[in-house]
Formats: sequence, structure tokens, C-alpha cells
Amino acid sequence: MKALDILTQLLELVAALAAAPLFLGWVNQCRAWLQNRRAPSIWLPYRGIRKLFHKEAVIAENASALFRVTPYVVFGAMVLAAGIIPSMGTRLPFTVAADAIALVGLLAMARVFQSLAAMDIGTAFGTLGARREMMVGFLAEPALLMVIFVASMISATTALPAITENLADQTLALYPSLAFTAIAFTLVLLAENARIPIDNPATHLELTMIHEAMLLEYSARHLAMMEWAAALKLFNYACIGFALFVPWGVSTGAGNPVALLASIPLLAIKLAVMGAGLALIETLSAKVRVFRAPEFLASAFLFAVLGLLVHVLLGA
Amino acid sequence: MCIQVTLLVIPVIDSSLHSCLLLIALWGLIGLIGLVRPMSVGFAGRTLFLLGALCGAALAVVAAASLTAAPEQAVLPLGLPDLPMHVRRDGLSSLFLFLLGAASAGISVFAAGYFRRGEGTAPGLLCLQYHLFLASMGLVLLADDAYAFMVAWETMALSSYFLVTSQHGIPEIRRAGFLYLLLAHLGAIAILLSFGVMQGGSWQFTFDAMRNAHLAPQWAAVAFLLALLGFGTKAGLVPLHVWLPEAHPAAPSPVSALMSGVMLKTAVYGLLRVTFDLLGKPEWWWGLVPLGVGLFSAVYGVVFAAAQTDMKRLLAWSSIENLGIILTGIGLAIVFHGVGMNALSALALLAALYHSLNHAFIKSLLFLGTGAVLHSTGERNLGRLGGLIHRMPWVAWLTLVGALAMAGLPPLNGFVSEWLLLQAFLFAHEVPRTFINMMLPLGAALVALSAALAAYVMVKFFGVIFLGQPRERALSQAHDAGVLERIGLGWLAAGCLALGLLPTVVVGTLGSVVQHLSGDSLSSAPGPWWLLVPLPERKASYSAPIFLVSLVAVVVLTIFIVRRLYHQRVRRAAAWDCGFGGLTARMQDTAEGFGQPIRHIFGSFFAMTRELPSPFDRAPRYRVIVADRIWQSVYVPLGAVVQRIADAFTWLQQGRISTYLLYSFITLIGLLALML
Repeated sequence: MKALDILTQLLELVAALAAAPLFLGWVNQCRAWLQNRRAPSIWLPYRGIRKLFHKEAVIAENASALFRVTPYVVFGAMVLAAGIIPSMGTRLPFTVAADAIALVGLLAMARVFQSLAAMDIGTAFGTLGARREMMVGFLAEPALLMVIFVASMISATTALPAITENLADQTLALYPSLAFTAIAFTLVLLAENARIPIDNPATHLELTMIHEAMLLEYSARHLAMMEWAAALKLFNYACIGFALFVPWGVSTGAGNPVALLASIPLLAIKLAVMGAGLALIETLSAKVRVFRAPEFLASAFLFAVLGLLVHVLLGA
Repeated sequence: MCIQVTLLVIPVIDSSLHSCLLLIALWGLIGLIGLVRPMSVGFAGRTLFLLGALCGAALAVVAAASLTAAPEQAVLPLGLPDLPMHVRRDGLSSLFLFLLGAASAGISVFAAGYFRRGEGTAPGLLCLQYHLFLASMGLVLLADDAYAFMVAWETMALSSYFLVTSQHGIPEIRRAGFLYLLLAHLGAIAILLSFGVMQGGSWQFTFDAMRNAHLAPQWAAVAFLLALLGFGTKAGLVPLHVWLPEAHPAAPSPVSALMSGVMLKTAVYGLLRVTFDLLGKPEWWWGLVPLGVGLFSAVYGVVFAAAQTDMKRLLAWSSIENLGIILTGIGLAIVFHGVGMNALSALALLAALYHSLNHAFIKSLLFLGTGAVLHSTGERNLGRLGGLIHRMPWVAWLTLVGALAMAGLPPLNGFVSEWLLLQAFLFAHEVPRTFINMMLPLGAALVALSAALAAYVMVKFFGVIFLGQPRERALSQAHDAGVLERIGLGWLAAGCLALGLLPTVVVGTLGSVVQHLSGDSLSSAPGPWWLLVPLPERKASYSAPIFLVSLVAVVVLTIFIVRRLYHQRVRRAAAWDCGFGGLTARMQDTAEGFGQPIRHIFGSFFAMTRELPSPFDRAPRYRVIVADRIWQSVYVPLGAVVQRIADAFTWLQQGRISTYLLYSFITLIGLLALML
């Protein structure tokens, strides 16, 4: 029984590490189709990472140790985050050490390190990207926390597996509060993962970029770690969404290998739908000016707070 | 070393109250010895400060050992005839004495390496003021009657005033000091009045008498609000905060650290003492006032911190934010306590106390870090710093610990207290008051917002000072801190780590303090030492050691695998910068630039005046002055009213002694007529 829990934990980590670039490839492919372009291979992100690993790393002369260690810290934070989120089973031994608030803290840690590293070289783009990333972050983080709070209040706990178990048990119970928070979560997901309308992952137009601006000075294996971490972040956010809003199919019981196996194709289906939806949103919307980003995120925050009030008022 | 000293002291004096008093008296003595050779940096500035640090460490050990011990009382043969000073030590006193001792030990070691000749006040005098400041804070925490408390409180205010104005040659510093003194006295009057209400007609000013005085509910509320006003002034709560961002940066850095890290906590202590001990039975609605004020201060403080360009002023505003968070916890605890939700009340109070401890270590560390930078570069303006991680690696990496902790990132200590506070907030909707349970979860949103903004502030603080390219040529001459300064910084950084990694130990100890104070306790049986489970029925848990070990393991494993599977080739080259070339330090974001999104988003918080150049200007100048809106909308009109009233009474000032004697005579007659 205990062995199965550890197996679930390892399986989730491996799946996240392996499938994150694939998920990114899938989103890119869907987006290309929707925009009438010829789609790149779904394996392209893997090839990119592999290519980068083989290159020689070039580092700016005035880079400090902080700059060199950051890619690993960010990657490590994303791996740990993947270990907290119940994407296949809820019996995860590591979740004892970190609940949903710690998950938000972990994502914040990755953001802070990434921003500090971007400021380390002292280029105009780096500091600009760091500033914008922190701006998006301080607006998105409370919104995400509010989203998690609503789910926590419904389940009377902040432990993510317990929330998922609780929500998954109540088959097809529709919480009005969760409907509002789902909107808020979608907005946060778009902003935090450098997607249109806040940021464009495909651009290198200096004046508009946020996430890419922070990576400009990275090359080779450091860049590969950063890109992989970004893919993992998107994957993690998708899984947080599943855990809170569509928890059905996750193996909740103890010692049930069949349920665990059944959850794998279900997760794949959820990811496929999610990726297609993400591509659709990105195709249908235009990138907003950086100074409209606060409005976008403020509405996310307000939707989450609305969900909170609805929960308190209706008790549902 | 410090443990040996205490072991020597303890057999002689078996009561921890007596050893605390002895150590406090030693501080006073050390200060006086400083006057023997006032101009000697080596003696007054170095040796005596190290002795003071030793006293601090010993005090921390004694206080920590007595945290769960039964209260002790004593009467000192000091004070006016028939009005001796009463002292008492209980769990709450011990906790704050520990905070005072532990934080001041690090600060004093740093100060021993910091103070040099030619910086304002002579070293010996500085030594006296500094140790008097420490001793008075200690006495505030032990006082058991209003008289002793007020004497200690005023000594604390005065000694810190002289420390703030140690560079009194600079007009701004004199002005900051005066503002501080003014508001400190305003607060002291409110505290005095609060004590006056609490004696409840018995005219006994010992705390014991106040505990036994049964006040009518409305008078208890008046006493509470007066205490909140008085202690809130000291804690720098908005709108009584105006002195704080002026006075804290004006002081020498070790003093700033002491004021922000420790002195502000005496206000927290005082408020807790009055609310939960002297008044005893707080009603639930009292909590709404500190809750609202605390939340507002938290957001207001952090927004202003993000807009600052002076590194010490930035930290001072951040202190306002943190005191706001502490007060939020206290307010929440009062509300829960009043409606009988005991476990949650204990949790909220515990979060407030934990955050007080955390803030003492973190803010002292950060202020000392700025002190080291200031000494090395002579620059406080963020716009003229940068790239110091290469020149001052010790200071940079130790400050980074503080910055990450302040940003509330796991597994450091800042995260734990915020986690506990959020846990308490999360179940606030179960309060059986409809309006309250709707509003309280919104408080959680504001706490989350200020925590996220704190991360923004810390990225700005650390990034602009230590990262990037040096913005001035002179910065290449910067040197790292000396050995004593490194030890001081390291001590505080170690404190941050210990508080972050052993939350169960801290929570367990604080839990007993809380139980003695308010009678509320967490229902949980103590779990394993590595797992923090504050509310077992909620299934939420957090384990800092596992978290840290996992993170380090993943990072190290990744580095190992990447290097093993691929190669380790690294080439150093000029920064790429998109291939533009000609990169200079002026192209980096400045502190103003980093604050720009905040000024844009929270524009209504600031009173901004802009000077825009005209398009035909030959030498265009762009200027923006960001000021505190509360200063302009509250204090300036208030000052004008006071001025007008004073003007109206100028005719009283005749300038002749005989007239003034007449005034005194008339007053005396009036008083006699009133009394008889």
C-alpha cells in the first residue's frame, strides 16, 4: 500500500517531466492549425531542449553565481510543484510537507529567482522583464491564492489532495462559487504562463515581451533548464486546474492500481482538451498593452473574490 | 561562551527574573563605562559593544529557558517613596526578552565593527545611549506597574531620539528626530490615559490592581482604544506612521535595525499585555479596529515601500507593512477569542507572535546589510548602487537570505507566519456574525496581496543594490564588511534559517505562551518535530525540513545529471543584450523605473507632482515627486489648525516673569477651589 503511494508519487513526477514539453508542443500545434499555418512537429520542444543541452554555455562576464544556479532552482521548484499537485492519484507522500499555500509559495520562489537572475547581468531588457514579471506576479499571486481559498473553504482544508478527494467525491455537484473562480483561474493561468493576451511566447519584439526578456542572456544548458521549467509550469497550472475544477477520474482511494492506471488516459484527454482550449483563447484574443495587464489581472482577482463571497453567502 | 556566562550567573541567582534584571542592569553599567573614555573607538566602540552583545545573548538564553516557567514577581527598591517599581516576568515577557536579547546580540556585534570616529556623536556617548536604549526596552518588558512602565517607555523614546539624531549636523535628521519625539509623546499620553482608565477608581497603578479592577464594558473599550492609539503610534500604524519612514533611515544602521527590529515589537508587547492580560476579557468587536487598521497599514506600507528610492526608507516602509500584518493577526485573535473560537484565536495570536519574531530577525538583518553597503559606498540612494554582489559577496549573500525571508518564500521563516495567518483567516467565515464572516475572507485577500507585493519590494531592493552593473564608477572601490560585521549578519541570518526550519519547536513554545496569555490553545497533540500541523481536523500540514531537503536534493541531482550526461563547457563573453552592443550601466532599470508600475497601479495612494518639459525645451528635465498623501491631507491641515490656535493665544506670552508667576498663582487657586 505504502509502496503504491510512493509509486504514484514517482509516476506523477516522471509523467510531468516527460509530458510537459509534449503538452507545450500540442498547444503550439493546435495554435498553428487554428491560425491556418503548417503546424510544427509535436516533438519540437524536445528537440529544442536536446539541442540546447549539447551547446557550449556562454555566460556574460559579470554574471554572478546567482545567475548560474537560478535555472536549476527554478527547475527544481517546478519539479517539486509537480509533486504536490494530484494529477493522477491523491495519495502522494510528499504533499504532507507542502499544502496549497506552500505550492503558491513555491511558484513565487521560482518567480523571484528568475527575476533576480534577469537583473544580474544589468541589461535594459533583463531588468525590464524582471520588473514586468514581478508586476504580473504580484497581481496574479493573490488571485491564485483566492481561487485556492474558495476550494479550501468548500473542503475545509488547504491540503491539495484532500481538496481534490472532497470535490471528486461529489459527483457533478455544481458549485456556483467554483464557476467564478474557474474564470479567475483561467485568467491567472494565461498571465502566469506568458500567454496571449498578457505576453506572447512567440515574440521577441523587445517592447512587449515579459518572460522571454528575462531569458535573453541564458544559453545552452541553462536556457534548456529554463525552457523545460517553463513547460513544466504550464503543465503544473493545467494540473492545478484539473485538481480544482475537473477532479473526476483521479485515483482517490488507497491501494487501487487499476484506478491509477485508468487515470493516465483520462489525464491525457484532459490535457488534450485543455491545450486545444488554450490555443483557441490565444487565437481569438489579441495581446494587450503592458499597462492593460493590471486591469486584466484585477478582474481575475475580483472574479476570485466574487467566488469567495458567493461561497460565503450561499454556502456552496 | 554566552552559555558559559549564563551558567555562571544562574547558580548565583536562581530566579530567571533576577538574572534578567541583572543583565539589564549590566547593559546600563556598560553604557556608563563608555563615558570613562568617550573618545576611544577601540574601547567604547568595540570592546563595550561586544560585552553588550554577550549580555544580549545571555538574556536570550535566560529568557528562552524561562518561556514556559511560572510567572515571577518582585519589587525593586527604586523609584519614589511609597511608589516602588514592580517587576514581573511571565511567558509573554520572556518571549519578547528573548527577541530583544537574540536580535540585539547580532546587532551589537555588528555595531562593534560599525561605529567609527568622526560620525556624529562621540563613541562613548553613543555607547551610553545605545545601552540605555537596550536596558529601557528590557525594563518595558518587565514592568509591572504603570509608573515603571512609563518611566521605561519614556527612557526608551528619549534614548532612541538621541540615537536617531546622532548626526545632528544635518537639518533633515534634526527634523526627523523632532517628528519622532513629538509622535512618541503623543503615543505616551494615550498610553498614560489608558492606564488611568484601567485603574478603575482604585487609584492603584500596579498591573495587579488593573487585572482585578472590573471595568464597565464601555470603559474597557475606551482603555483598549487608547492603548491601541498609543501603541499604534509606536508601531507606526497608518495614519500614525509619518515619523517612521523619517526617523528609522536617519539613525545609524545598527540603531535603525534596533528600532525596526526590536523597538516596534515593544508596542506589540504593550498592546497584547493590555488587551489580554490587564483588561482580560476583550470583546469580539474590539478586534475589528486593529484588524482594519492592520490590513490598511499592510497594504499602504508595502505600496510605499515599492515606490521608494532610498534603501533605508524602503525598509522603514516595509516595517509599517509587517507591523500591519502583526496587528491583523492580533485583531483576528481578538475577534475569534470574543466569539469563543478558541483554537483559531490561538492560531491567529500565534501567527502574530511568530511574525514578530521573524520580523525582528529579518528586518535587523536587512538594515545591517544596508549599513554595510552605506559604509562601503557612502550611498543610500538606490539609483547610485548596483553590482555589489561581486564586491561584497558576504553582505550580498547574507542579505539575500533576509530578502527571501521577507518576501515570504518557503522554506524560510517569513513564510511560516504568513502561512499560519492565512490558515486562521481561511476559517474566519465560521464566525457566527453574518456581516463579519462575509468581510473576513476579504482580509485574507489583502494579506495575500501585501505578501505578493513584499516579494516585489524585495526583488527591487536586492536586485538594484547587489545585482546588475555598478551604476557609479566609485562603486568599484567598495569593500566587503569586516569580520565583526559578518558575524553580526551571519547570526541574524542563522536566526532566520532556524525560525524557518524548526516551526514546530517555535509553535510549540509560542503555544504555551499564548495559552498563558489568552487561555486559548491549539487542540492538537504535538506531532513529530518535523511536521507542522496546527489544526489537525483541517488536515493541513507543512514541513520545512522536508521541503528544504527535497528542494536541495532535486537541484543538486539536476546539476549532477546535467553535468554528467552532457558537458561542463562554459565560456565567458560580453553580455549579449540582443546584439545591440554599447551596453552601459545607465541602461539598467533604476529604482524609480522599478517602482513605476506601482505608481501607475496604485496612483490614488500617492500625492504626485510632475514637472514635464515642454517640447521646445533645450535642456529638458523630467521630475516627479512622490509624497505621502496622508501627510498632506491630515498632518498639514492639522498643523495649520494648531498654529492658528497657538497664534490666537500669543497674548498670553508677555515675556515678564511676574506675569507667569501670576498665571501659576491663578492656576493654583483654581485647583484648590476645585478640590475643596
